[in-house]
Amino acid sequence: MLLQIKNLHAGINGKEILRGVNLEVNAGEVHAIMGPNGTGKSTLASVIAGREVFDVTAGEILYNGKDLQKLSIEDRAREGIFLGFQYPVEIPGVSITNFMRTAVNEVRKFKGLDPLPGGDFLRLMEEKKRLVEITSNLTNRSVNEGFSGGEKKKNEIFQMAMLEPLLAILDETDSGLDIDALRIVANGVNKLRRPDNAFVVITHYQRLLDYIIPDFVHVLFEGKIVKSGGKELALELEEKGYDWIKKEQA
Amino acid sequence: MQPNVKELITRERFIDLFEKNRRFLAAHDTTALAGIREKAFDSFSNLGFPDTSMETWRLTDLEESFNRGYDYHLRPMEEVDFQKVFRCNIPHLDTAVIGQLNGWYVSKDVPLMELGNGIIMGSLAEARKKYPQLIEKYYGTMADDTADGFTALNTAFSQDGVFIYVPDNVKSPKPVQLINVIHHEENLFLQPRNLIVVGANAKLSLVHCDDSYNHQASFSNIVTEIHVGENGVMDHYKLQNLNNNSTLISSVFFRMEASASLDSHYISLNGGLLRNNIRVLFNGPHGNANIYGIYLMDRKQHVDNQVFIDHAHPGCTSNETFKGILDENSRAIFNGHVMVRRDATKTDARQSNKNILLTDTARVNSKPFLEIYNDDVKCSHGSTTGQLDQESMFYLRQRGIGEETARMLLMFAFADEIVTKIAIPQLRQRIEDMVKKRLQGELQICEQCVLHCSTPEHPMDFQIDMAKI
Ligand SMILES: Nc1ncnc2c1ncn2[C@@H]1O[C@H](COP(=O)(O)OP(=O)(O)OP(=O)(O)O)[C@@H](O)[C@H]1O
Ligand SMILES: [Mg+2]
Repeated sequence: MLLQIKNLHAGINGKEILRGVNLEVNAGEVHAIMGPNGTGKSTLASVIAGREVFDVTAGEILYNGKDLQKLSIEDRAREGIFLGFQYPVEIPGVSITNFMRTAVNEVRKFKGLDPLPGGDFLRLMEEKKRLVEITSNLTNRSVNEGFSGGEKKKNEIFQMAMLEPLLAILDETDSGLDIDALRIVANGVNKLRRPDNAFVVITHYQRLLDYIIPDFVHVLFEGKIVKSGGKELALELEEKGYDWIKKEQA
Repeated sequence: MQPNVKELITRERFIDLFEKNRRFLAAHDTTALAGIREKAFDSFSNLGFPDTSMETWRLTDLEESFNRGYDYHLRPMEEVDFQKVFRCNIPHLDTAVIGQLNGWYVSKDVPLMELGNGIIMGSLAEARKKYPQLIEKYYGTMADDTADGFTALNTAFSQDGVFIYVPDNVKSPKPVQLINVIHHEENLFLQPRNLIVVGANAKLSLVHCDDSYNHQASFSNIVTEIHVGENGVMDHYKLQNLNNNSTLISSVFFRMEASASLDSHYISLNGGLLRNNIRVLFNGPHGNANIYGIYLMDRKQHVDNQVFIDHAHPGCTSNETFKGILDENSRAIFNGHVMVRRDATKTDARQSNKNILLTDTARVNSKPFLEIYNDDVKCSHGSTTGQLDQESMFYLRQRGIGEETARMLLMFAFADEIVTKIAIPQLRQRIEDMVKKRLQGELQICEQCVLHCSTPEHPMDFQIDMAKI
């Protein structure tokens, strides 16, 4: 099993946000996580990635059977965990090219590989830019600086393509995308699917799931996964909203 | 070891020294210059050295520096081999290099070079003898001896330093590099005095480096006057890489005639106590001055940038951008004072000072200050002080970049806003290298800012691949 989350409790400054999350993800699967605003979806993603501002108070996260809690943020990333941010950060002064070259080479070093020669690296960049149909010269610019909402999201998928993670968690990568961009992003994900990797997509819209067909859909509510099902659950949520789930929980 | 009382820096010591050496000091003065010297001496006798009771020195306490004790020489100490001191492969140089050792001009061939295009550069002492009228016209007309005891003291004892003259309509084809090296076996007090004249429609790039070669304490009181004639262009770089026992009081006085333009870059990489007094006077309309600063301090280092911009004429623009990264127990002071006089309509003045504190014990005092006597102006000022952005750190590390490298990337990116303003490509490259080394704690104080040190034959290399971040 790629990811196994058992009874995970986590919070910030003494405030509990995740209240017993259980989730299992196998290689080759696509999982969708849906749920009302503020129920802890991004928090769950951040905790898996190792963000230090959140405290894990109970439970465990196993990744390939290893306890993730023991790994630093960067080591989790180097082991293949990728987080597509809901709000990608702007970093003035750091160009995407050098950001990616540093990242790719640090991951390679971790795996005992030599740094990618400059020419190979640039070819890889071009190939992955094509995959997400980035035509403009975004890569010479500072990371996310002055990017439109849609450009930022495309840039997240581009980075994912560069790093080829085993577990990609995409937090609302579809928000703010126009119809074409949505299709491009979804195609990008589909092309990167392999039997040995898995995707967890956090979304509010069933629409994305027309393009990226999930194997499982989960509803996160008040810090817990309260319902799981197949892709038809997303359709049902689209139609009925969350009220019936809230009632069930009450 | 307690320093000898005679070696402490006190008002009495210098008054006494001046009175005993008055004739020697003024030996080559014209009447006018002798007058300037005497007035400066009177001024120093009244002012003495500044102390923390004065507003602009409130946060910079010199007592410890003063009490170390220093030798002070009224003559050059030794014959020096230019090649040896300035470890440069001169034939490959793309800049004209002039050197100062322990405050004295060091001659490569002749004390004063006169180039075919009319440019004169070399020893100020020599220029005083050879071109007294030219010197008289500019010398002492920019430095203000009444405001600050250090400037007055420098003028009173002024002997040698560097003189550069670019005549009207001449554009200096190469940057001029002025390397001021301190290298001595005893604690040393030094007072070079420089005079730079850029004529009307003329252009000069000047790279002024203050370097030390060993860890001996020193106290430099440098005064530089820079005149930029009408429509003239000055590109000025001040690079400071001194040891931790050094104290540097650098006062630069710019006078900008109508439509003159200035870019000045203050790059402080190392030093015990660095104080930069930067004064810009707009002496005619439509001038433009950009003053950039970056300082990277750690340990108990102290940097104090005092910028005063005098908008005395209409239609001038000024822009101050200073940024700093402070580690351990270091301290930075920024005091930006913009004066907009009554007649200076259409003034555009901007100031910004941003700092990153890497520890709880590093400190910053930032005081942008606008003094405006005219309504028709655009002014802005701002200052921020914070830590490295945690969101950015998480983002970088989430992509597999290690914590140390991520910090380095963010710090370099922060500094780079200033470094990218360097207009000479080789110098920019060199400073980028030095900034990276500095941030990694690997910069040596003996490392010079000379341009050719990073050549194809002698490439610089770094452990972390951060080339062109
Ligand atoms: N850094 C923080 N400090 C304090 N509270 C936080 C912090 N981050 C998240 N929270 C709180 O935790 C709760 C869950 O937030 P989270 O961002 O995980 O929700 P979400 O399910 O992703 O919502 P959305 O659908 O709006 O993106 C919210 O109440 C939020 O205010
Ligand atoms: Mg969210």
